Amino acid sequence: MTVRYAVGKALGAFATLAFVVVFNFFLFRIVEGNPVATLYRGRNLTDAQREALTHQFGLDGSQFEQFLRYLEQTVQLNLGRSYATNQPVIDEIWAAAPQTIALVGVATLISMVIGIVMGISSGWNRGTTKDRVLTSTSMTTWSTPDFWLGMILLTVFAVRLGLFPTGGIEDPSSGATGLEKLLDQAWHMTLPCLTLAIAYVGEFALVMRSSILDVMREDYLTLARAKGLRDAQVRDRHAVRNALLPSTTLIAINFGFVLSGAIAVETVFSWPGLGLLTTESLAGPDLPMLQGLFLVFSASVIVFNLVADLAYPFLDPRVRYR
Amino acid sequence: MTALAWERRRRALGRTWSEYRRDREGMVGLIVLAVFVAIALLAPLFADESQLHAVNTVDNAVWAPPLDHPPLGTDNLGRPVWDQLVYGSQVSLLVGVAATLIAIVIGTVVGVTAGFFGGWTDSVLNRLSEWFLVIPFIPLAIVLAAILGPSLKNIILVIGVTSWPVTARLIRAQVLTVKQRLFVERSRALGASSAHVMGRHILPNVMPLVIANATLTVPIAILSETTLAFLGLGDPLRVSWGSMLDDAFSAGALGREAWWWYLPPGLCVIAVVLAFTLIGRALEAILDPRLRAGRQG
Repeated sequence: MTVRYAVGKALGAFATLAFVVVFNFFLFRIVEGNPVATLYRGRNLTDAQREALTHQFGLDGSQFEQFLRYLEQTVQLNLGRSYATNQPVIDEIWAAAPQTIALVGVATLISMVIGIVMGISSGWNRGTTKDRVLTSTSMTTWSTPDFWLGMILLTVFAVRLGLFPTGGIEDPSSGATGLEKLLDQAWHMTLPCLTLAIAYVGEFALVMRSSILDVMREDYLTLARAKGLRDAQVRDRHAVRNALLPSTTLIAINFGFVLSGAIAVETVFSWPGLGLLTTESLAGPDLPMLQGLFLVFSASVIVFNLVADLAYPFLDPRVRYR
Repeated sequence: MTALAWERRRRALGRTWSEYRRDREGMVGLIVLAVFVAIALLAPLFADESQLHAVNTVDNAVWAPPLDHPPLGTDNLGRPVWDQLVYGSQVSLLVGVAATLIAIVIGTVVGVTAGFFGGWTDSVLNRLSEWFLVIPFIPLAIVLAAILGPSLKNIILVIGVTSWPVTARLIRAQVLTVKQRLFVERSRALGASSAHVMGRHILPNVMPLVIANATLTVPIAILSETTLAFLGLGDPLRVSWGSMLDDAFSAGALGREAWWWYLPPGLCVIAVVLAFTLIGRALEAILDPRLRAGRQG
């Protein structure tokens, strides 16, 4: 691990981010139409009002002036105002982000642990019935549309059995505070979280299985066995530790996708996070909101990828000394 | 030369097939897929297209459970779920295959160019595919679909232009190894042009990998179509499994427990996606030299 490696990776991430910012501007300028006219359709605006609104939405001046102003504002984290609510986009994103981070973060952690254990078990016992059952389970959950799974779980556990609420984040009529409120929110989060955990578990299991299979051909496993170690020792001390490396990258990348990971599932459970915000912005469409969300989603992936790149040499000395 | 080459390729194909036939999971995938393709192609034999439009279903009972309106009941407008399911298979398969074709063509062109020419071409193309890899895929597809407007063509385009980078990387790596082989060097020494070497030597050697990879890209495209259609970004004029789920969810089918409406489309998606995945894995095991070595070792 050299400073040069770290700086190179950081610069690469920065270049990607810059590209996203520029791309974002031009992408959203493809759309024809005048949002001021659309938004205030049927209302009599004076010329002065129209001008003020156009200015407020950053739609006056030449394309180049708009671009410069967009760059300046983006650097200051000013992502413009929502066409729908006229609130600053960044405020709405800040307000919705914690719910998404809680939901998808917990689901990712659960599926990560279960998936890795499943992958180790099926890879180490490859070709057995156990392996076949675990692998087909993983492939089936991977093939399932997550929001559809959510619809099924919602029907069974919320509508039919009445065990869980059908949606939202808390019971609006309860007026609970403190710990009670938190428990109520956890209660509302259970079903969407379970949905996502099942949806993600397959990928972790399949990646872990294939990296266990890769490691099983290595000489140091033969050596460990030759030393007379028990099978479980060979597995846990030698195979798993090395096989975890590719999964670490997958985990980091998955955490990058946390923010954007649950768009459809949040919609099914009306969970008030970034995903629901995205679907709501599709009606209209609320372009500044979509633009801001897309920027935040991309930035989070880029940052976590950088973290994975920088952490890797610490985890794997072979990369460090190369 | 060509006759000889074709004969050799035909024999190689025969060998691949006889190896493929021994893969039980791959065969299951192939049979399931064949059933769905037959249903999609022969849809008029199994279902009545006029029943997809609410104007023609005013006489049907609405929200009818399967027993009241066999085989699968009706939706909130009296449209039979079965007819929607049959015609929906066309959109899912079409989007899956067409988007994959776009992704494979872009991915192959980018991968072969990057691997073959190297240098700054390689760096620029690498950065481009890296960028597409880190972009959150579903949000990008959502944004593009929202901007371009909902239509079958746009859905295919959106999924196609966002799913090529994995293919490009795989192909590039393969080209880099093929490039070092002696027959490429010999061809060069005999004065072959870049175009000739690429077309006659590199591409045929990379092709098997392209095919295996394509089979594994289709399920991702089908899942993406389902999600985009569920979010209301599908073609409003065509019924697809995703748009059925959207209709059912928006009409409040969950609260009414009208499971016959939204259970079947999801099961169909799972079946088709699994079928493609099984076929892709079987092909990969036969065609990817790295896995092959692993199997023997």
